[in-house]
Amino acid sequence: MVLVQVPPFESFYEEHRDAVFRELRRLVGKDAEDAYQETFLRALRAYDRLKHTENLRAWVLTIARRVAADHYRRREAPTVVVEPETDSRPAYAELGDLADGLPRKERAAVVLRYGYDMSYAAIGAALGSSEDAARQAASSGVRRLRRRMQ
Amino acid sequence: MTVSPTLDARFREAAAAAGLLNVAYDLAETPIGTLLVATTDRGLCRISYDPEPEREAESLAHTFGLRVLRAAKPIDPVRRQLDEYFAGSRTTFELPLDLRVTGFNRDVLKRLARVPYGQLTTYGTLAAEAHRPKAARAVGVVMNRNPIPIVLPCHRVVGANGSLTGYGGGLERKEILLKLEGAIQPQLDV
Repeated sequence: MVLVQVPPFESFYEEHRDAVFRELRRLVGKDAEDAYQETFLRALRAYDRLKHTENLRAWVLTIARRVAADHYRRREAPTVVVEPETDSRPAYAELGDLADGLPRKERAAVVLRYGYDMSYAAIGAALGSSEDAARQAASSGVRRLRRRMQ
Repeated sequence: MTVSPTLDARFREAAAAAGLLNVAYDLAETPIGTLLVATTDRGLCRISYDPEPEREAESLAHTFGLRVLRAAKPIDPVRRQLDEYFAGSRTTFELPLDLRVTGFNRDVLKRLARVPYGQLTTYGTLAAEAHRPKAARAVGVVMNRNPIPIVLPCHRVVGANGSLTGYGGGLERKEILLKLEGAIQPQLDV
């Protein structure tokens, strides 16, 4: 086994992103962009727990394949998606200011959902929680914002 | 097949917005060259002259943690204030700082932070203020390693005889900054 020192995330990301994207295009086709986002957010969450013996390319491709598998699982079990709020999508900057003061998770969920248009699965990956928990966090964040504005 | 710039930017912004980064950094163009500017969730942590981004990322990872990523948005407030400073419309920076230094270094940098725009001090004065009046040379070393030049104004520190002495970013830059602030007069080249 070749020992590698774990590099800063930036170097790791630059080195492997094209390979990850190609693999995801192969696995999930037109949904590769969302899956890409989710893959690297999961990788980022786990990154500082890596040991220096990891094969980083193999590691990140494993995450990508798991994300692809989750993607198909979700498609097989369609769920009713309840959007907490769809009538207005403020620009990212406004939203960031507006959401200041929300609990950390709710703020992140609201900003990522409405500012970046990310899927709840990807937000869950970013926050280290499930898709459902991400949806709940966004929803209660929006409720809190609405109460605050009344 | 390669990742589009849009997708790349979206991931970087999302990573920062999710609060997953130890450090976000980006390059900023200024009249004295390209600077690398880095922030943590606590504040501005680094400004580097003539950056080699790969080496900077290593150094940032070493001090702040491995999750270092280039991302534009977290740097925007710093970029804006630097633009205002170079346009002459800002004389103090209002930015939280994340300074990971201790002891004498910290004392000296904290005193440095209070040297006002357009004014000069000396290495010896700072040493005395940090209760080590004989440590002017050590103050020089601290200035040379200042992690946040411009915002922590080590360019305002000169030798006892008024000579510019030295600067981590090169003497030419020190001179430009001091002229911008009106601390020294522009001289005619003959």
